[in-house]
Amino acid sequence: MARESWVTEFPDMDRSDLIALRKTLDGAYREFSREHGDLIESFFDPLLSFLVWFENLLISSPWLLILAVITGLAYAASRSWKLCLGVVCSLLTIGYFGMWENTMRTLSVITVCTLLSLVLGIPIGIAMARSDRVQKLVTPMLDIMQTMPAFVYLIPVVMLLGIGKIPGVIAVVIYAIPPVIRLTNLGIRLVDKEVLEAATAYGASPWQRLWGVQLPLAMPTIMAGINQTIMMALAMVVIASMIGVKGLGQPVLKSITNQYFTLGLLNGLAIVALAIIFDRVSQAYARRTQKHLGGAEHA
Amino acid sequence: MHNSDHKKPLIQIRGLYKLFGKQPDKVMSRVHQGESKDQILAATGHTLGLRDINLDVKAGEIFVIMGLSGSGKSTLIRHFNRLIDPTEGEILVDGTDITRFSAKELESFRRQKMSMVFQRFGLMPHRTVIDNVAYGLSVQGVGKAERLKKAEQWLDTVGLAGYEQQYPSQLSGGQQQRVGLARALCTDAEILLMDEAFSALDPLIRSEMQDQLIGLQSKLQKTIVFITHDLDEALRLGDRIAILKDGELVQQGAPEDILLNPATDYVEAFVKDVNRARALTVETVMKPPACRITAETIDEALSQMKKTSEDFGYYVNDEGYQGVILQQTLEQAVQKGSHKKVTSILIETVPTIQADSILESVIPDTLDTDYPLPVVDDDGQLQGQLSRSSLAEVLGDVSIGINH
Repeated sequence: MARESWVTEFPDMDRSDLIALRKTLDGAYREFSREHGDLIESFFDPLLSFLVWFENLLISSPWLLILAVITGLAYAASRSWKLCLGVVCSLLTIGYFGMWENTMRTLSVITVCTLLSLVLGIPIGIAMARSDRVQKLVTPMLDIMQTMPAFVYLIPVVMLLGIGKIPGVIAVVIYAIPPVIRLTNLGIRLVDKEVLEAATAYGASPWQRLWGVQLPLAMPTIMAGINQTIMMALAMVVIASMIGVKGLGQPVLKSITNQYFTLGLLNGLAIVALAIIFDRVSQAYARRTQKHLGGAEHA
Repeated sequence: MHNSDHKKPLIQIRGLYKLFGKQPDKVMSRVHQGESKDQILAATGHTLGLRDINLDVKAGEIFVIMGLSGSGKSTLIRHFNRLIDPTEGEILVDGTDITRFSAKELESFRRQKMSMVFQRFGLMPHRTVIDNVAYGLSVQGVGKAERLKKAEQWLDTVGLAGYEQQYPSQLSGGQQQRVGLARALCTDAEILLMDEAFSALDPLIRSEMQDQLIGLQSKLQKTIVFITHDLDEALRLGDRIAILKDGELVQQGAPEDILLNPATDYVEAFVKDVNRARALTVETVMKPPACRITAETIDEALSQMKKTSEDFGYYVNDEGYQGVILQQTLEQAVQKGSHKKVTSILIETVPTIQADSILESVIPDTLDTDYPLPVVDDDGQLQGQLSRSSLAEVLGDVSIGINH
């Protein structure tokens, strides 16, 4: 009897073959990024300049003005003075502990990432809702995006675009976009069939159905998706800081390597505060605009 | 209800089949070979929704399609505006086959020609009541001021003035369906499809809505296709009724036909529980007057009466029906020695009834009076008589077939 057989030992690939495979793939990708890296980078240039401009705007504007604008937006969305008071207090505290500038950086990255996720995610979600085939195709991709460790897809992004804001934004968007896609799809699919039928029966075109019925009725679900997307983008801030995205993540990273507990805690709390502000404001907005959908006031 | 037999069909459905499943075209041959719904389902996984439907809907009538759940009635009504496409067959509206319409033609057909009322209302929860009513017009691209003005008029017509700025969720079920009805009327479409429109409402509201529909219909003269599972409702609203079972039409006809001459056991079982007193009119039950007295003198009147076996007669002169004369009264007059003219003293007044009254409304008078009640038309002419026994017969045992 042979000492080794495929029953006792897994019949795995030859080590040298595996190395050769890895080398080939890595080499090919490196070739690809060398050849096309510049082109792809230039493709993202407009985004980069917008990011830089927006960040500078937030940082260089007087803090009182920024505070007023944020509070104004919070009030416009929620119509709640209590919520606005909370926003002012948390931002003042953040500023008092010297984290104003980093918070503004994070805010700008999060805002851009969220907008990008919505601009890309909602149309993809709509496409999924309209076609079962697209849904079958996209769903496994979303599963991969959500389960693949963020570090793994950072590697090719960094290889391609280097370290900086753009790869950070891409990483954050990949991580944060699945909820808005999934929930847009779900929301549209859950729209009451009879209401949609009514629209069709009155001769609404596909476009009129989408804008007049499906999207408005799916809005509560889509809003939940947007909310989740914002939360996940914030959660990604620390990981993104590893590839050079400045903001609240970098001090946290620094505290991990140097064991600065208080610094880490303060910056962590600032991220939490931002998250709570985003969450409460967007939810209050959703509740306020969709009051009548609930039917709670039934006579 | 209007008799519209003379009008030409507005909607004609010819040889309509609907097969649900992945490859309906391949399975259709089995359908044509006459395999049953269950056989087809077992062999191919395809569900036969409709089989060989042929029907005509005339302009201006209320055409009721009735069937139990699963009979295919909701599938059928959705073919009228092609919310569901047929597997085979023609749907002619005004002589045009709508199954050949392109997407654009279909859109404009739905906008102009047909509107629809849904069982669970199908209102848009994110729009106010007035915007819901104006929805059809907004799809057509009618300007805001104009469509809101029109919507307001229709809201007023259905009795919901003042609710314009409410949201549907703030209204009761009956009010929501009124909004649904106003929305359907607001586009001025000629044909109204009503898919179990009143089934989700409680009985009192339902009959209120039926009254309202009948009232509106007498003014508007739309062509209405009405789906229901409730035979009482079908009989009340329908000018003609089609009964659907397992995707096939089992009987079509006027309400009285269905009620009095059920075509199959299935229809008969349906008809059994119907409140006939409410569904039938005097006209369907009345008989020709047994004894009509036209004589001027008492003697002649007596002899007219004796020719029939009755001991009473309806006195009719040039001005029409006058009243009832009893044999007894006449004989007493003769005994007293009077052989003169029939005078009003001899005539008894009994309540008269009209041919188009529903039976329920004439029951008390029929029971209170000793003689069959005279049926008199608007001009005062005697049309027939309604006796207690014929009333009892038609309201009593169902198994007695009554032909008129």
